Amino acid sequence: MNFVRTLLGCCVAVAGTVVIVPTAFAADPIKIGSVLSITGPASYIGEPEAKTLQLYVDQINAAGGVIGRQIQLITYDDASDANKARTLATRVTEQDNVAVMVGGSTTGTTMAMVPVMEGAELPFMSLAGSVNIVEPVKKWVFKSPHTDRMGCEKNFADMKKRGFTKIALIAGTDGFGTSMREQCLKVVGNYGITILIDQTYGAQDTDMTPQLTKVKNTPGVQAVMNTGASGQGAAVLTRNYGQLGMTGIPMYQNSGVASKAFIELAGPAAEGVRLPAAALLVADKLPSSDAQKPVVVGYTQAFEKATKQPVSTFGGGAYDGLMMVVNAIRKANSAEPAKIRDALEQTRGFVGTAGIVNMSPKDHLGLTVDAFRMVEIKSGDWSLVD
Amino acid sequence: MSAFLQYLFSGLTVGAVYAIVAIGFTLIYAASDVVNFAQGEFVMLGGMLSVFFLGLGLPLAGAAALAVVITIVVGVLLQKLAIEQARAASPVTLIIITLGASNVLRGVASLVFDKQFHSLPAFSGSNPIAVGGATILPQSLWVLGGSIAMFVGLWLFLDKTLTGKALRASAANRFAAQLVGVNIGFILVLAFGLSAGLGAIAGILVAPITLTRYDVGALLALKGFSAAIFGGLGNPVGAVIGGLVLGVIEALAAGYVTSVYKDGVAFVALIAVLLFMPNGLLGSKTVDRV
Repeated sequence: MNFVRTLLGCCVAVAGTVVIVPTAFAADPIKIGSVLSITGPASYIGEPEAKTLQLYVDQINAAGGVIGRQIQLITYDDASDANKARTLATRVTEQDNVAVMVGGSTTGTTMAMVPVMEGAELPFMSLAGSVNIVEPVKKWVFKSPHTDRMGCEKNFADMKKRGFTKIALIAGTDGFGTSMREQCLKVVGNYGITILIDQTYGAQDTDMTPQLTKVKNTPGVQAVMNTGASGQGAAVLTRNYGQLGMTGIPMYQNSGVASKAFIELAGPAAEGVRLPAAALLVADKLPSSDAQKPVVVGYTQAFEKATKQPVSTFGGGAYDGLMMVVNAIRKANSAEPAKIRDALEQTRGFVGTAGIVNMSPKDHLGLTVDAFRMVEIKSGDWSLVD
Repeated sequence: MSAFLQYLFSGLTVGAVYAIVAIGFTLIYAASDVVNFAQGEFVMLGGMLSVFFLGLGLPLAGAAALAVVITIVVGVLLQKLAIEQARAASPVTLIIITLGASNVLRGVASLVFDKQFHSLPAFSGSNPIAVGGATILPQSLWVLGGSIAMFVGLWLFLDKTLTGKALRASAANRFAAQLVGVNIGFILVLAFGLSAGLGAIAGILVAPITLTRYDVGALLALKGFSAAIFGGLGNPVGAVIGGLVLGVIEALAAGYVTSVYKDGVAFVALIAVLLFMPNGLLGSKTVDRV
């Protein structure tokens, strides 16, 4: 009984502080929750995101915060595990009492957290790729980076322009690769392109020459496109493509491989490979008239100075997500979840690293295919195609 | 025909990687009945340490040599600090200890190095060699040659030298071996050190083809372990044959059936072998004979 009484006393004391604190300090910090895949297989996505969020939250706080209040960033690592992400989302909503969530590095972790955030009625800015996150529209869920379907559309549009109508599709069996393959199959008909041969590979496979040999021996293939992004798969695939001397069949990659590391790992075989990329990747090559130029150059300089690492689109997505949320708080002039949500939905003309965002009640992404830039790898560097 | 040849080359390249990892398993198992699940981490350390030293400006040969030496030290420390302390425990407990060690090594590697993929330059260029309409990379020949050299060296050591015989004797019956004067402590240190060294060499040979990262060890260990079982655990010849067969089955399945079931076909073959030959293709006769 004594124990129970102590426990009760404890709870009363805790509850007491929770109630008193907000009334005592009007300018207590605005809490932003963040569940990211900082370790595990998706750490290459989550790590730059976590660093970006911390960097900019510190910057905003140093400049006096937002609507006169500091931002408190509460970050958790889900170790790339969807189950763990769901548990952490519950913690963020129930224990930490955050006003808004920026996070979810992968489609898997995001989808696991969506029901929790919808149930708690808290705005959720996801940083993951799949179009399924915002389609159909969910009241509390938004996302900042391009979708996999837009990657397909950008590639197909470029193929159409070059007169390719018969192609080979190679898909990674990882989450991103599978989802993007489905999206590509959905939209490929709109461009008058037929897929002659459809192959897959595991994300950790170390040799894809059998799949590529089949592609090579399929008559009439004019281009080959890969949807897999995670791990070393895309780089190994490109090397094998070079090994088999297939440079007569142009290769298209996806936005997931868009990092300098890919060019280095794939080596000379990457020459001539095209892929849709965010403006961030070609920051220094954009004409100065480009609306995104100041944003992407600014982010690149800040991130590289703080972390000594090259920028990636993942960190860029975290920047966009955080800034849209901060703008929404500023616009709503309130840290109330419902008001932040409404303001987020009204985001118009936000210039981010991914593109220019115009959200609406029917579109919680707000980006168009034009936000992607078609780039080609030339002499070991990106070059803008259009 | 050229397609078949290409599938075969692909299978041999991948299979040689499996074989070279499987050999590392073989040695420790032969000496102590322990399956060392940190074997994949030895492979990772070989590759990552070479990348690291290369980045510090060392020539490739120097970086590779230093990587092998450091990995051997890690292997010996693993034996001394973790396995030897629990020498009275059953093999299952020791296997669990190696699983823990593999997690620790992976975690430390992710902090000391980074979380990105890295590649080593190919030893003799990356211009593919054309044979009958198919192509093979010079580095694949290095891996194939390396696995054969390792297997021959290991076989000579186990079969022709007194120390090698002592190692097999301690595996067959530790108590009896001790009675005839085999220093068990030394034998186990030797097995771990050699195994770590072989793993590191494997990691260096395959890094130019498969790329390397702090966490590549887990999958390599899984495939290498399958190859070792396939060929008969504890038998170096079996390890090489098991690895190559597994690799070729995977490549042929991807080429002629469908790439979706590539891994499935390989594992079905593995199960079939174990059903009909529980000791693997070549059994573990080397150990029993002593």
